[in-house]
Amino acid sequence: MTTVDTARLREPSKEELLESYRVMRTIREFEDRLHVEFATGEIPGFVHLYAGEEAIAAGVCAHLNEDDYIASTHRGHGHCIAKGCDVKAMMKEIYGKKDGLCHGKGGSMHIADLDKGMLGANGIVGGGPPLVCGVGLSAKVRGTKQVGVAFTGDGGSNQGTFLESLNLAAVWNLPCVFVVENNGYAESTSTNFSTRGIDIAKRADGFGMPGVVVDGHDFFAVYEAAGEAIRRAREGGGPSLIECKVNRYYGHFEGDAQTYRAPNEVENIRRERDCLDMFARRVTDAGLIERSELEQIDEEVRALIDEAVEEAKAAPEPGQADLLSDVYVSY
Amino acid sequence: MRRITFMQAINEALAQEMERDPTVVVFGEDNAGGAGAPGEDDAWGGVMGVTKGLYHSFPGRVLDTPISESAFIGAAAGAACSGLRPVAELMFVDFMGVCFDQIFNQAAKFRYMFGGKARTPMVIRTMYGAGIRAAGQHSQSLYPIFTHIPGLKVAIPSSPYDAKGLMIQAIRDDDPVIFFENKVLYAVEGEVPEESYTVPFGEANFVREGDDVTIVAIGRMVSFAEQAAEELAGDGIECEILDPRTTSPLDEESIYESVENTGRLVVVDESNPRCSLASDIAALVAQNCFEDLKAAPKMVTAPHTPPPFSPTLEDAYVPDPERIAAAAREVVEGAGARA
Repeated sequence: MTTVDTARLREPSKEELLESYRVMRTIREFEDRLHVEFATGEIPGFVHLYAGEEAIAAGVCAHLNEDDYIASTHRGHGHCIAKGCDVKAMMKEIYGKKDGLCHGKGGSMHIADLDKGMLGANGIVGGGPPLVCGVGLSAKVRGTKQVGVAFTGDGGSNQGTFLESLNLAAVWNLPCVFVVENNGYAESTSTNFSTRGIDIAKRADGFGMPGVVVDGHDFFAVYEAAGEAIRRAREGGGPSLIECKVNRYYGHFEGDAQTYRAPNEVENIRRERDCLDMFARRVTDAGLIERSELEQIDEEVRALIDEAVEEAKAAPEPGQADLLSDVYVSY
Repeated sequence: MRRITFMQAINEALAQEMERDPTVVVFGEDNAGGAGAPGEDDAWGGVMGVTKGLYHSFPGRVLDTPISESAFIGAAAGAACSGLRPVAELMFVDFMGVCFDQIFNQAAKFRYMFGGKARTPMVIRTMYGAGIRAAGQHSQSLYPIFTHIPGLKVAIPSSPYDAKGLMIQAIRDDDPVIFFENKVLYAVEGEVPEESYTVPFGEANFVREGDDVTIVAIGRMVSFAEQAAEELAGDGIECEILDPRTTSPLDEESIYESVENTGRLVVVDESNPRCSLASDIAALVAQNCFEDLKAAPKMVTAPHTPPPFSPTLEDAYVPDPERIAAAAREVVEGAGARA
């Protein structure tokens, strides 16, 4: 599916593979646990889970440094984890607690950590791509080698902001990468209905930038395509578009009965195209990593998420004064 | 002191800050004017020429943009979060309609939603106001909408001196600032120091002192209020004119102080009357200075209509010195006045 120039890419080291597996497993465990906990009614508001799409966040962010930036979507937990946000602080944020990553003022849909280059999940579909153009401009003007990556969905790819940003990044030749996570549904509306044209990646042609389609369940496919695009951006070669075809395991939001999906649609994907299973099979078959090493990560991640949930539930609520703080730097 | 125009004052503020701070960048439609075109490469300097000359002085830091306000206003927000101090030009504030999400859902909310970690030091320069026969989509005074949004600051200079000082403050400020430039004021001349200086936000300017009535006016309306005050002084009515200079933050204390002294308030606002700056200030004064008031506050605003095209209609649309004087007279002498 890809037309990636693999000759210029290097293979990930064993340590990097183990780290990417840990990222994917952490996202899966985080989201699976939220699915369970949300049903108890203890989590305020609503959450959009990333389970099933882990290979994209992990495969892209594996190439990013701490001072690179990403902008995310309403389905942002995975991007946060992959960009290095503190998992326990994230959990507290989702529970609306004072010590949450955003002090309980952002919640799931606006979770962010600028110190980690995470410009925020975004409650506005298509909100992120313009911000990433700014990141690219900043890197270019200041003469750094930083890169900005905008994640957006198939739904977001129909927003004017997305298309305007592709053009702006192209005419300014910005170090930006646009990653479309095409999970087949904009909320409940099928991409088949909402989007015409061959592939969303083909829209890149119209803006004079490379565009590729990759299997979003395949960590290695994403890793290769993202590596090429991010390298090009860093070297001054301008922006790229990557469309990752993928599936989400849960509904648009928790509580979505997903009656718009085919019977067994998710079960089949889970069985045949699960990104973690595919990754594990590939690295163990190739003799790169022992099964036991992956299992050890699984165990550690489970313990981490257990602790995160426990601590989040016990964490203090924000105080009344927190309502009024941090509107401005000074006023 | 040296006299320059309102437009030159803004240009000088931009140039001096770009000279002082290499992270200041300027972009917008035609901000250089001519990018990619075969002719002169700094042809315009923005549609009115405000940024003219900066392109050659600061290579790589003055950029033309496509007509894609969502993308480049959002880029200003992203750049501000990642090490620049961008000054983006939204040519006419009426065009907020195509990019407002990036302003009020993104830039304005980062600091709060992200738990105090974000700094978004961006300026959006934008033209407002009626008076050039540009009709409904190029003449509005939409600052009340921005003033309403927590997280934004709103500056509205009325003179070349304030234009320069407020712009330098806006660029140095760590919060997003919407900087409103009345297009009719661009050619107005005034005294402006050559050196760099700031005018602080949230400090009203006492433009004229008087004991009979407080007139709060902003932007272009300040000079109209001054004309009205001149006329009224001939009849023995002394007006105190306050120019808040910024509507967010708003110097409420100075307004209350003045109304405590005069007991009467007229607010002059070029925007439409509902949920306007005028209604906001009138409500604040009614709530906080009720005991001091000798008459009901009066608002002088545009009517609840879009800006019209016909010169006859547009002249009737914008508040003028006569209407301001009539309102002041009424609160001092009219039926609404208490002894």
